[in-house]
Amino acid sequence: MALSLLEEKLEAGEFVVTAEVGPPKGTDLTEMIHHIDLLKDWVDAINVTDHQSSVMRFPSLGGCLLVKERGGEPILQVTCRDRNRLALQADLLFAYTRGIRNVLCLTGDSVEVGDHRGAKPVFDLDSVQLLRGIKEMEEGRDLGGNPLKGAPRFYVGASVHVEADEMEPQLMKFEKKVMAGARFFQTQGIFRVESLRRFMPYASQFGVKVLAGIIVIFSARMARYMNEKVPGITVPDEIIEELSGLEKGKAMQKGIEIASRTIRTIKEEALCSGVHIMAIGNEKVVPEIIEAAGLDGRAR
Amino acid sequence: MIVAQQKSLEEILRMIEPYERVMIVGCGTCMTVCGAGGEREVAFLQKALEIAGSRQGEKHTFIPYILKRQCDPEFLDLLTDRIEDVDAILSLGCGIGVQALAEHFPDLPTLPGVDTSFLGIAREWGVWDERCAACGHCLLGETAGICPITRCAKGILNGPCAGPKGGKCEVDNERDCAWVLIYRRLERLGQLDKMRRFYPPRNFERPKRILRRT
Repeated sequence: MALSLLEEKLEAGEFVVTAEVGPPKGTDLTEMIHHIDLLKDWVDAINVTDHQSSVMRFPSLGGCLLVKERGGEPILQVTCRDRNRLALQADLLFAYTRGIRNVLCLTGDSVEVGDHRGAKPVFDLDSVQLLRGIKEMEEGRDLGGNPLKGAPRFYVGASVHVEADEMEPQLMKFEKKVMAGARFFQTQGIFRVESLRRFMPYASQFGVKVLAGIIVIFSARMARYMNEKVPGITVPDEIIEELSGLEKGKAMQKGIEIASRTIRTIKEEALCSGVHIMAIGNEKVVPEIIEAAGLDGRAR
Repeated sequence: MIVAQQKSLEEILRMIEPYERVMIVGCGTCMTVCGAGGEREVAFLQKALEIAGSRQGEKHTFIPYILKRQCDPEFLDLLTDRIEDVDAILSLGCGIGVQALAEHFPDLPTLPGVDTSFLGIAREWGVWDERCAACGHCLLGETAGICPITRCAKGILNGPCAGPKGGKCEVDNERDCAWVLIYRRLERLGQLDKMRRFYPPRNFERPKRILRRT
């Protein structure tokens, strides 16, 4: 029996679409709820980010509960930046008891790139150790080797960078994540389908599901900013050129076009199990991207 | 070597403000090598404090002294006869030196003149780089002699995060990604298997805070 709807669809070979919402900085949840309501009928699951870019926000766990309350399928993003192994395990136990079944294990961005630069970076575990830790918990033991009274079970995922300029160390890490129990992967942003075409024949030997990360770029300025400031993202020059010189509305339309074009190619070539759309605060464009990509009939 | 940086003149002036006779104690080992608290720095600091102090109308008398090693009680005894009319010690030793002085002379206020930064090496003159976290569980044999605890911004053990661009770290594009370095060096040594291995969570149950050789 599948642990979650996400697992069920991926295992059934459906072309899966996921998206993400970032919780607010503060107690006003109106916008996040709006985004969840907007997305839940268009995508198969919604990631809730965990202090994305090391910017302090409402927690991922709370966001996932909201997704559930609104009738969506949440993916809990868990980073190792802010919690030691005790706190991570406690959050996972709680998540399980509240019906959260999909977990994405990440190391997390550095504290220094965020808005609490002087905070203590925890990184007691890394993503691979977290994955292994979950496996232990599922077997009924905590990371200290003590028995659990009631063990959780999760559909566990991780991320992989397929456009790194030094791929070999990234692939080694990918294999370690597979060995540690990751069953699905959401890739970092993909801008060149070619990189996915290269990655997938290699990745498919491991029998894991891969969702290609699609970052929606709304302007040349945003692309340059990301290249400079956002870890792990390199928007290629040809995309920046495509967006250059366009006025605001047009650039946004172009960004939607580029994202949907990439998704369409991935789907047509059946390159991987689906896509993960990261609209970074502009969630309202996700349905439009999905429609433009020709993934009709998704809206329930 | 222990690497440190001298505190700002303003901060030092604030600390010594209540004390008239201040002994500035340099250290002849690490602090001399890293240029934070050797003979030269003690002399410079004394001059700077005298000038700044006289501008602010403060009357301090400074007594400079260089100890061979502040972290060694044997050497600290050399100060015993010299501190009788001293109101405070401003140590340009590392954090260990300051504490050794404080322990040795419990009746005398001891102030830190430097911020101890890390254990590292001189990459070139004037540039020091952290190399060791004194974590108590050395993994360098597995990581081609490159320490991921100090040189990776996240101190992670199982390979790079997704952050590096052009081989540089996500937090500082002047800093090499430790895991890219480790990968390249292991490859060169024909030991990439070491990178494929799973490294369990670090053990933060440090060796006892007191080490006894038996």
